[in-house]
Amino acid sequence: MIEVENLHFIYPSNVEALKGISLNIRDGEFVAIMGQNGAGKTTLVKHFNGLLKPSRGFVKINSIETTKTSVAELAKNIGFVFQNPDHQLFSETVEEEIAFALKNFGFKEEVVKKRIDWAMNLLGLSQYRDTSPFLLSGGERKRVALASVLAWNPNTLILDEPTIGQDHRQKENLRQFIIQMQTQKKTIVMVTHDVEFVAECNPRVLLMRDGEIIADGKGTDILTNQELLTKSSIVLPQIAQIFQELSCFGLPQNIIDIYDAKNILIQILEKKK
Amino acid sequence: MSVFDGLKFRKVSSPIHNLDPRIKFFYVIVIFFSAILFNQIIVLLTLFLMTIPFVLLAHVQKEWLRSLRGAAFLAFFIFIVNIASSYFTSGYSLTANQIESAIAMTLRFIVLAGSFSVFFLTTSPDHLGLALEQSHVPYEFAFAFTTAVRFVPVLAEEAQTIMDAQKARGLEMEKGSFLKKIRNYIPVLIPLIVSSIRRSLELAEAMESSIDH
Repeated sequence: MIEVENLHFIYPSNVEALKGISLNIRDGEFVAIMGQNGAGKTTLVKHFNGLLKPSRGFVKINSIETTKTSVAELAKNIGFVFQNPDHQLFSETVEEEIAFALKNFGFKEEVVKKRIDWAMNLLGLSQYRDTSPFLLSGGERKRVALASVLAWNPNTLILDEPTIGQDHRQKENLRQFIIQMQTQKKTIVMVTHDVEFVAECNPRVLLMRDGEIIADGKGTDILTNQELLTKSSIVLPQIAQIFQELSCFGLPQNIIDIYDAKNILIQILEKKK
Repeated sequence: MSVFDGLKFRKVSSPIHNLDPRIKFFYVIVIFFSAILFNQIIVLLTLFLMTIPFVLLAHVQKEWLRSLRGAAFLAFFIFIVNIASSYFTSGYSLTANQIESAIAMTLRFIVLAGSFSVFFLTTSPDHLGLALEQSHVPYEFAFAFTTAVRFVPVLAEEAQTIMDAQKARGLEMEKGSFLKKIRNYIPVLIPLIVSSIRRSLELAEAMESSIDH
């Protein structure tokens, strides 16, 4: 459970990046944080594992305030996958890379081995065990970074721009992976610009602008609200665009999912027959 | 990464900011050579104190102090190494002279860090490049130098992100013995070096593909 109450954050350069954020994220929830560049999305999620501490207000993880504990302690529960994998890969082999965090957290040798196998399997990296992470492609490096975090099995997963630089198939794999994490009751917080990806996943959406949350609700409500999206420099997902353009034909306005759209269209077409 | 903060130029207007960069550069070079030439504490202290009026005039005292605080660790290291080496080489004893020279060495470093910090805090990379060109420094050198200066803040920001990413994977930078603490920097330094090399290759490609070279 992540509780945020009246969170303010001011950078040393006197920029107020967060202006009174309050929100709760329950265990097992899937949340997408959206908004334009500089809206404070990454600043907000960096508070969840204590990398940043509130200037005012508080952040509690499982009822413990982040100011009263260390990043390493919080990280055991909260896995944070950074946007650019090149900001964390440094080992000679993929195996060592995944072992890094496990060793930091003091897992036993046998457990480390099992966890590495498990994580590599999960993300299809087994054939790269002894390869240098620097020799892998961008998408594969991103998967190594993800595996190195998943390995210690944190309850909450924070993904910062996970779809950047991924092709369509990799995005679909990521979506399947998120669904799998969901069935294991993991909390997932995703910071992203990728409106189509969010539309496909349909999570709870938090819309941020200038350090404030301007909307919080179901994906189907927020991603179809033209006014809100314009404020955050986001365009409607394509499905929503089509349905809104065709509203004169009596199509519903709150559709973002391909399968919902398909079913509605089938109903209409069947009636016509 | 507070050392880097002390080198970041911020656009403000002050008598020092508006000075011709060549004058400031000349001043820094003079300080540099004086600090190298002399190793008396009194001279070095004077050089250090001489910089302070400029800092106050330029209103950069906060940033300047921050860069000195960043340099303090290295200064302390220099002091310890000096003391230790003279202690071991002179048969496990220390004379007042040796302590004095260790203090002078440390002071020399602080003088250099302080004067360079004022220079970079008050001179924009653009002015610096222009000044170097006007002083007939070959364009290649001037360009390389200003590019290096310009990338300092980028590098500082990147180092911070990398540290965050490794901390998020349970790295505790300040934990362990002295040697362990040094080893803790490996997971930060390798990604930093790799991405710097990548960036310089990209920069070279971008320059090659532009007509202007």
